[in-house]
Amino acid sequence: MPETIIEVRHLSKSFGDHEVLRDVDFSVGKGEVVSIIGSSGSGKSTLLRCMNLLEKPTGGEVLYHRRNIRDAGFDLHMYRAHVGMVFQQFNLFNNMTALENCVVGQMKVLKRSRAESEKIALDYLCKVGMDLYVHAKPRQLSGGQKQRVAIARALAMNPEVLLFDEPTSALDPEMVGEVLAVMKDLAASGLTMLVVTHEMGFARDVCDRVVFMDGGVIVESDTPEVIFTQPKHPRTREFLARVLQSEPQPV
Amino acid sequence: MPNAQSGFFEWVLFFIKTQGSLFLRGAGVTLLISLTGTIAGFIIGLAVGYVRARPLQKEDGAGRYWLMKVVRAILGAYIEIFRSTPMIVQAMVIFYGISAVFHVTLPYLLAGFIIVSINTGAYLSEIVRGGIQSVDPGQQEAALAIGMTYGQSMLHVVLPQAIRNILPALGNEFVVNIKDTSVLNVIAVTELFYVSKKAAGTYYKYFEVFFITSCVYFVMTFTVTRILRWLEKKMDGPENYVIHGSQTVPDVELIGKGGEKHA
Repeated sequence: MPETIIEVRHLSKSFGDHEVLRDVDFSVGKGEVVSIIGSSGSGKSTLLRCMNLLEKPTGGEVLYHRRNIRDAGFDLHMYRAHVGMVFQQFNLFNNMTALENCVVGQMKVLKRSRAESEKIALDYLCKVGMDLYVHAKPRQLSGGQKQRVAIARALAMNPEVLLFDEPTSALDPEMVGEVLAVMKDLAASGLTMLVVTHEMGFARDVCDRVVFMDGGVIVESDTPEVIFTQPKHPRTREFLARVLQSEPQPV
Repeated sequence: MPNAQSGFFEWVLFFIKTQGSLFLRGAGVTLLISLTGTIAGFIIGLAVGYVRARPLQKEDGAGRYWLMKVVRAILGAYIEIFRSTPMIVQAMVIFYGISAVFHVTLPYLLAGFIIVSINTGAYLSEIVRGGIQSVDPGQQEAALAIGMTYGQSMLHVVLPQAIRNILPALGNEFVVNIKDTSVLNVIAVTELFYVSKKAAGTYYKYFEVFFITSCVYFVMTFTVTRILRWLEKKMDGPENYVIHGSQTVPDVELIGKGGEKHA
């Protein structure tokens, strides 16, 4: 068992009377690539957003290297710098070019120099195949290009874990491939990744572990082989039967 | 000097020749007060709008929470009071109020500046707050998610976009101020309207004088709106972007409109 980076214990979250997460236990180990699958409203995105406190959990705790991230002395900003996030809607800073998007966090949060930040930013923009577009503003890029810049922005902070919140759900089908290809490379490079996704092919072929959520709880968590070929729980079987009516496309 | 039989244009020419410098000085005072007043009002608006847009959090501690509540109530009262009374009345109350309480007569330029700033600040506070709220919440989330503090996320991500969005409203406020400083004539600020009224009264030629006055106002506001439009374009950055090329590939410019793909 690899060293645990983030551990979630008895996590619950309610919006008013609506209980979105109920007593969730979950952890991510170093180098693991984990996908969270499940139907809309099952709480997968909320779980991810609770992990870097974009949502405040109503119960339970999140531990980062065994330290509670809501402790008074805990440096939440450095934690967030080390736990990157890629959003469904990309959320590139609209007032900045692709390069500036990847530079601003390094300079303001990690206090790197501009020269160093730009060098690192260019390296990662190159890695995601966006080096030609460093001077473009987000409004001048396509969805797939924006998401690749967003991934470079997260990588430029040298994160220990990268959280992906449905990174391909807002993309046209023809652009899904280019983003998944980048993510596949990242997984191969040993980066720890937690991916909320509807891309069953990615979950099956790239991930070490697949977590199935339903109704705010983790129903089943296992290797892709077990989840996709012999799921134990009827709800998992039902969900997979629904989404796998067509064979998953390999990535 | 033209006589009783002289026509409209003779009088207009006469006023331009003899009173031209007076008009220009009046226009200068108008422009000075409205420009500095708009800028100061914008700074007030940024500060007040920022405070009012910031979500109240009980977790900040009870003391801070209640302090913020009180500060907000005061700011809310300021906005309501100054938006609900005419600037001409505010001018009277502030100018004569200060002289009654502190026994000093403010220099007219300073008085005009203070009145316009406070009045503009009240309007712009709400415009800034709206501008901040108009920026997609995802922008701030992304800034927080890479580790920025709330303040950093506002400074580097949200406010630049909010200010760009409210620039037309800001220009509007400036134009309104150029025209509305005319009410300051009630406290004897020698702006354009005040000097016009004086010149017209001397010769009893109101139409001729105020014809010139309206032309001067128009030129000022029209120029200002053009400059602001240019500024908006400049803030948006170039329509095209330069492909980041290597030494062997020359820089090529691509049209990048509407977020469509280009290869």
